[in-house]
Amino acid sequence: MAVFAAFRKEAGVQVRFRLPALQFQVLIAVQQSGEGMGALFNEMGELGGKVRQPYARIEQWLTSLPPEHAARAAREAEGIFRRKGITFAVYGDGEAAERLIPFDIIPRIFAAQEWRRLSAGIEQRVRALNAFIHDIYHRQEILRAGRVPRDIIIQNEVFVPEMVGVNPARGIYAHIIGIDIVRVAENEFYVLEDNCRTPSGVSYMLEDREAMMYLFPDLFAKQRIAPVENYPSMLRKTLESVAPPACVADPSIVLLTPGIHNSAFFEHAFLADEMGVELCEGGDLFVSDGYLYMRTTQEPKRVDVVYRRIDDAFLDPLAFRPDSALGVPGLFDLYRAGRVSLVNAPGTGIADDKSIYTYIPDVIEFYTGEKPILKNVATWRCGEPKDLSYVLDHLAELVVKEVHGSGGYGMLVGPTSTKQQVEDFRAKLKSRPANYIAQPTLALSTVPTFTQSGVAPRHVDLRPFVLTGDQVRITPGGLTRVALAEGSLVVNSSQGGGTKDTWVLED
Amino acid sequence: MLGRTASALYWMSRYVERAENMARLLEVGYRISLMPGAIDGHRDEWRSTLASAACDWTYKEKHSEVTTGDVIDFMLFDEDHPASVKSCLRTARNNARSVRTAITRDVWESINSTWNELAAVKPDSITSERLPVFLDWIRQRSMAFRGALLGTMLRTDNYYFSQLGNFIERADNTARILDVKYFILLPRPSDVGSDLDMHQWAQILRSVSAHRAYRWFYRDSRYRPWLVAEFLILKEQMPRSLVFSYNWINTALEGLADLYGQRYGCHTQAADTQRALKTGSMEQIFQAGLHEFLQDFIASNNQLSATIAGTYNFP
Repeated sequence: MAVFAAFRKEAGVQVRFRLPALQFQVLIAVQQSGEGMGALFNEMGELGGKVRQPYARIEQWLTSLPPEHAARAAREAEGIFRRKGITFAVYGDGEAAERLIPFDIIPRIFAAQEWRRLSAGIEQRVRALNAFIHDIYHRQEILRAGRVPRDIIIQNEVFVPEMVGVNPARGIYAHIIGIDIVRVAENEFYVLEDNCRTPSGVSYMLEDREAMMYLFPDLFAKQRIAPVENYPSMLRKTLESVAPPACVADPSIVLLTPGIHNSAFFEHAFLADEMGVELCEGGDLFVSDGYLYMRTTQEPKRVDVVYRRIDDAFLDPLAFRPDSALGVPGLFDLYRAGRVSLVNAPGTGIADDKSIYTYIPDVIEFYTGEKPILKNVATWRCGEPKDLSYVLDHLAELVVKEVHGSGGYGMLVGPTSTKQQVEDFRAKLKSRPANYIAQPTLALSTVPTFTQSGVAPRHVDLRPFVLTGDQVRITPGGLTRVALAEGSLVVNSSQGGGTKDTWVLED
Repeated sequence: MLGRTASALYWMSRYVERAENMARLLEVGYRISLMPGAIDGHRDEWRSTLASAACDWTYKEKHSEVTTGDVIDFMLFDEDHPASVKSCLRTARNNARSVRTAITRDVWESINSTWNELAAVKPDSITSERLPVFLDWIRQRSMAFRGALLGTMLRTDNYYFSQLGNFIERADNTARILDVKYFILLPRPSDVGSDLDMHQWAQILRSVSAHRAYRWFYRDSRYRPWLVAEFLILKEQMPRSLVFSYNWINTALEGLADLYGQRYGCHTQAADTQRALKTGSMEQIFQAGLHEFLQDFIASNNQLSATIAGTYNFP
């Protein structure tokens, strides 16, 4: 597991968002302004100039908010988070330390109209992703049609052959998806990454809203902001709706966590509590007589739906990694037999792998018959000769990364690299081109953010959370992550990334 | 409720109680080391403090000599020592964290802020001068935790398991202090029942916060060993006595029996111990031997803990 590198120092242009707690694997490409690349899109508008409509009230509030009041609120927010224990663990220091994710008190805002468009794109995308996974583990029509190369799927280590022919309840695989979206202009949004395995961060979305309502209740009284607090009950409904065929009574649900040392443990406990379901570790569950049970202080109790927050490989030592102490022996057999539901299903990584990402627009068209509403970031597959020659010609402008790499290792950030680094990388790229993809750098939008030196624009992304069961449910907004850089773009690793409350205004 | 949840609640409370007891023992050891005439004896006093805390062997593995500084550090901050205050509070908090859903926000925030503050304390900063204030703080935090527990937890199995851990630890602690101290103060059996040095006796009571309570209760200006033992074993009014602890243990077990509609061997065992303490007399105890009585009690208390764990499927 990667160390909390937060932001890599060389990220004058390339900002690396890495909060393992949230399993953020987002790569944000940022373009330096002032190099003739055009102005960055500030979502509030010009500071002191023309303000975009959704931010009208917040701009007034900001200009009238005394700095000492803002500073006090920021301190209070930190106190709340620390006391509640809203922390994530930092790996690498021997013992896992706990840190806070900084919370910024200035919200990020979408107008109802903007959100309608975004959520239509999100819904289209998650429906296609689920159809794609179903197809991959059944007839593989998309491979037969030649729209996605067979090798990329079959030889991918995230492809789970044991899932072939398995029929999950309602045919849904990725019940919870987090889609990482960036914005570069008024009407230009890009999907950076899909997270179809065990996306996290939703607890921060909920706690950020709690903190905002606690600190600035007036703001909520003055305008209609779509609530997010029903996420846990929607999640519960989603889980109930995918109970296995063998479940006849009210489904009994548990959340399966790797335990308190996991970086996202706070979120596991939080969601279990909010949904009113047991928070289990592997050792609390066992298989007997063809059913799953939990060990209670009384008789063993049947379990029907497992919202698991452990990775595929650890789910069941009999089916996957035999050294896993986190899972439940025999769980996967029960799953295949329709005795228990796993959420998300094993093998969903096939829909969010970096090597598949470039095919997602085709995937959407193939299953929905529609053009994708949300765009992908343009990506060159270096394994294809035409793309490779383009990439080699433009190496100094591009971001080149390993297809299967994680953590930003072995990647090239053209604009911030020296000539020598670029040339060294060129050699690596030529020797194994299929191992790399390349993307342009993007001018990410900014949102005003409270900093030591006053209010200043900072780059943001967005992770909306999408639930799929009996229907698709999207929480208005999502988690906004903000790069709390000291300078305009250079991100200091000691500062880490922060989060903001995300508002969707109602008409 | 998951067996693991019950176990975590049980150990959460047990470790907070243990941290508090560690702080009390340390306070007493420290006071004695400050007393006139204690210069020669203070090493012995630290030894008996370590013995009361049942960590003399662990200490010897790490340190060849018994010094005030080493003992304080060992009992407060040593992270290799599982019963140091810091280790206890870490374990308590980890247990609380793993069952965050089973405790109230007040209970969680109490233990979480205690841990956050303690983690920020640099061991070097706790000099002899600062020690009393720091020990006070630990006791205060432990009591705040207990207050949050009593004041906010629903009276269901969550609550009962946390009470069991609390009082099994307390009974164990009181029995051990009495056993160790009594025999250090009374080396020869013939001395049992005689009046000894007031200061020394005051310390046993002080280590369970009962020196004033004793005087109010017995209306006596002298500390009589016989009465001190009686106070800590048989008096139901004394909140750290063995009988008091067993009253709570039984209440909690009865609560579980009502809730689950099922009684087990642990219920019988706890009720037997409670009855023996309620109807027992010091004459009987001294005739059989106080040391033997306390050793038996400690063993049976441990046994009860194990039976409860087995009965309710602790992992």
